[in-house]
Amino acid sequence: MAARRKSLPLARNQELWLLACAVLTLAPDVEHAPTWLAAVAGMALAWRATIWWRRAALPPRWILSFLVVAGSAGVFLTYRQFFGKDPGIALLILFLVLKLLEMGRVRDGLAVVFLCYFLLLTHFLNAQGLDVAGFTLAALVAITAALASLANAGLSATANLRLSALMLAQAAPFMLVLFLLFPRVQGPLWGMPIDAYSGMSGLSDTMSPGSISNLSLSGEIAFRAKFEGELPPKHMLYWRGPVLGFYDGSTWRAGPRQAKVSLPDTAPGPAFRYSVTLEPHNKPWLFVLEMPGSLPPGAILSHEYQVLSKTPVRSRIRYELKSYPELVQGIDEAAASIDSHLRLPANNPRTRALAGQWRRESGDGEAVVHRMLDHIRQERFFYTLTPPLLGENSIDQFLFETRRGFCEHFASAFVFAMRAAGVPARVVTGYQGGERNPVDGYLIVRQSDAHAWAEVWLEGRGWLRIDPTAAVAPNRIEAGLASAVPVGEPLPFIVRADLSWLRQMRFRWEAVTNTWNQWVLGYDPQRQREVLSRLGLREPDWKAMTAIMAVLCGLLLLGLTAWALHKRARHDPTLGAWNRLSRKLARVGLARKDWEGPEDYARRVALARPELGHGLAAIAALYIDLRYGRLSGTEARRKLRRLVADLNIPSRR
Amino acid sequence: MPISPTDEAIRQAGRIVLGKERQIRLALVCILARGHLLIEDLPGVGKTILAHVLAKLLGLNFHRIQCTADMLPADIIGVSIYDRNSGGFQFHPGPIFAQMILVDEINRATPKSQSALLEAMEEHQVTCEGETRVLPDPFFVIATQNPYHQIGTFPLPESQLDRFLMRIEMGYPDRAAERELLAGADRRDMVASLAPCMEPGELIELQRAAREVHVSEALVAYAQAIAEHTRLSPDYETGLSPRAALALLRAARAWALIDHRDLVLPEDIQAVLPAVAGHRLHPASGAPASSSTDLAAALISEVPIP
Repeated sequence: MAARRKSLPLARNQELWLLACAVLTLAPDVEHAPTWLAAVAGMALAWRATIWWRRAALPPRWILSFLVVAGSAGVFLTYRQFFGKDPGIALLILFLVLKLLEMGRVRDGLAVVFLCYFLLLTHFLNAQGLDVAGFTLAALVAITAALASLANAGLSATANLRLSALMLAQAAPFMLVLFLLFPRVQGPLWGMPIDAYSGMSGLSDTMSPGSISNLSLSGEIAFRAKFEGELPPKHMLYWRGPVLGFYDGSTWRAGPRQAKVSLPDTAPGPAFRYSVTLEPHNKPWLFVLEMPGSLPPGAILSHEYQVLSKTPVRSRIRYELKSYPELVQGIDEAAASIDSHLRLPANNPRTRALAGQWRRESGDGEAVVHRMLDHIRQERFFYTLTPPLLGENSIDQFLFETRRGFCEHFASAFVFAMRAAGVPARVVTGYQGGERNPVDGYLIVRQSDAHAWAEVWLEGRGWLRIDPTAAVAPNRIEAGLASAVPVGEPLPFIVRADLSWLRQMRFRWEAVTNTWNQWVLGYDPQRQREVLSRLGLREPDWKAMTAIMAVLCGLLLLGLTAWALHKRARHDPTLGAWNRLSRKLARVGLARKDWEGPEDYARRVALARPELGHGLAAIAALYIDLRYGRLSGTEARRKLRRLVADLNIPSRR
Repeated sequence: MPISPTDEAIRQAGRIVLGKERQIRLALVCILARGHLLIEDLPGVGKTILAHVLAKLLGLNFHRIQCTADMLPADIIGVSIYDRNSGGFQFHPGPIFAQMILVDEINRATPKSQSALLEAMEEHQVTCEGETRVLPDPFFVIATQNPYHQIGTFPLPESQLDRFLMRIEMGYPDRAAERELLAGADRRDMVASLAPCMEPGELIELQRAAREVHVSEALVAYAQAIAEHTRLSPDYETGLSPRAALALLRAARAWALIDHRDLVLPEDIQAVLPAVAGHRLHPASGAPASSSTDLAAALISEVPIP
């Protein structure tokens, strides 16, 4: 029977199922596959659909052979090899569409189904987001439904989908056990080519006019933070990034890194504990709330109080920290370091002159700082995302002519002026603020929150944070970018404040995405240990986990089997007793065939084992009365059970 | 214990139609289930004798209609002729007015005559010149057709086939039976000497009893599972209709009755399934060709008893 079915030609509805599956599976590849391959695949699918529509014959073998050779050559010419992720996927796509063109029998249909399953998995090599997972799940249901239709062409589409959903639902507990307990390895299982990270955006270690305002046009998420307890007030939300101490006249740069390992034992003021989930940005710095009071494992602290990872951040990472906003550092700064924070190139004469004048008039460093801030407040400065272009003496031009700028203009001019007045100063870049998602309580910090501010060093007081932007646009600090820039500026759509329903939807979506990132994609060895220890399993090694996994899977399998058996015998205890009889007799090779009626069975057994004939006739008679006659009642059922139990089957031979 | 009339009928018929106990039983079951029987086979394998014997044993009056291409519906139903003496039209009933009718070579009749006959079978009445006349009760039709000579015939369409509760094949007798047949007395004489083994009202009583044989829920589930399987499996062109499933239960009840049981077993369904479902099933176009009777027999082994 099975052999006969295997060679059956495909029914039309089966072909349609398979075609639909192939289209669904290949759809996301349009984005990643080479253009020529996408075109070839599209044409092959259209060709196969036409064959289906017109009930035409499949193309002859030689055409397919030619296409295999030509397509493989194309893949080789594109990638110069057959090994690796992309050529592998390209070959799979090619073979799937060609298999469709020779798909005439159920056997070919099975090959198509398994190719689809495999190809579906490869989508995760390109992206692992919630949308990809949702799509994959939908495609999985469809492919399994196609498999169901291959087993039985007569089922309706709904019946196929229902069967598929049921099968996948039964597999779900196993998936959960494997997900939770399968020993994890750090990082992705497959190596990623280096150029995969080129598209990542984020702060760099240089700053020139326009660099941060450009970044502010992006609504992408830079990182998320979850605080234990209350959020700090907005004006404390300074996320420290690269510290830039060198100026060449147009660009600020970071100095050479020197590690500093010591952290303060105690610090004044409130402390905040929080965790940060940092999106990959291909740079080593980790953003921390000023000032860090602890370090994530494996991170180092630079002498400028910047927290650095040992390798560039190329996958989403999560770290836990403690910060003291009122901690002051650098009171005992070395003389050489202070010197280096006074160095300036020889341009911008008007700024120098003004700063020199302030210094002479007030004498004190702190007074100079206040003069400068007053200057920014009182003169007509504008905070804008679209400042005019600046020339060679950019700071002079900004301070005395255009007076329109973004945070980097203000920070840069402020630090320049301080140095010119003999006050050690430096630019600090990072993020300021963030938006609390009311759905899950995470603070979301976007690229549009990128910011630059200044630090000045005062004798006996150490490095102090001065934000000149706060002087010109206090709203930027208190309420965010959207309320600080004039109406009509090209803000990213996502941070605009006027579409509240859109914001609500976005909050919800981002909360879901975050949960997915935290618990599914971010389920690394550490998370696994956390979860398992919460379940009462302390410090499990991979052997223990494998053992537990095997035991749980076994138990699940037992449970599912019991459920299936129970479902079969649920309606009728009489049938249960009858099936027990069959199992009992199966030991002597006399199991009931499932299409065999009770009288026929009793007769067959009596013929094979005459000594059982009498007992079996009684059982069959009672069973017939109970199941097919009008007899009912627990008494009779109990009797049947007893008769079955008491039936003694002597094993002979 | 007195011998039951059905056992006696089967025994008596078995003495004349040799080696065909199964067919005799099925024909009897068909009568008890108030169905009609289609026998498909070559000429000379005992179709006519079987019909004669059954009519005689059950005490039914018997007519025979030999179908030809030039036969008109009136030749079956009857015709009104003007009677000079009474001054009005007088209805002369056709051969259909009998309790048992043998319709020989039904596929030689024109579709028009076929449909007149089959309508009478279904309705148990005929309408002639605006007047409805009730056919006798019990009313039982055995139609025969020769499946091998199709030239000049009008094969019964599927809807007409469905009017027959069962279709059986006679088949050649086995060696021993044939030898006994050749050596024995003339069958016609034997039929003539048969005495009915039941009283006139007894057959109607048995038909009523057959309707009352108990069918449990489990058995209904089995019949349904069989019908469902034919609808879902790719081996069949079309599945069994609900009417076919009902016919299956009706025939199984009668089979249980002649087996002296007041409840139906899965075995009863299996016994009548090839006869009841054989002419209602067709192998799917892609599947290897097999006779529809074989198909029905294979069906049994594919459906587990629930």
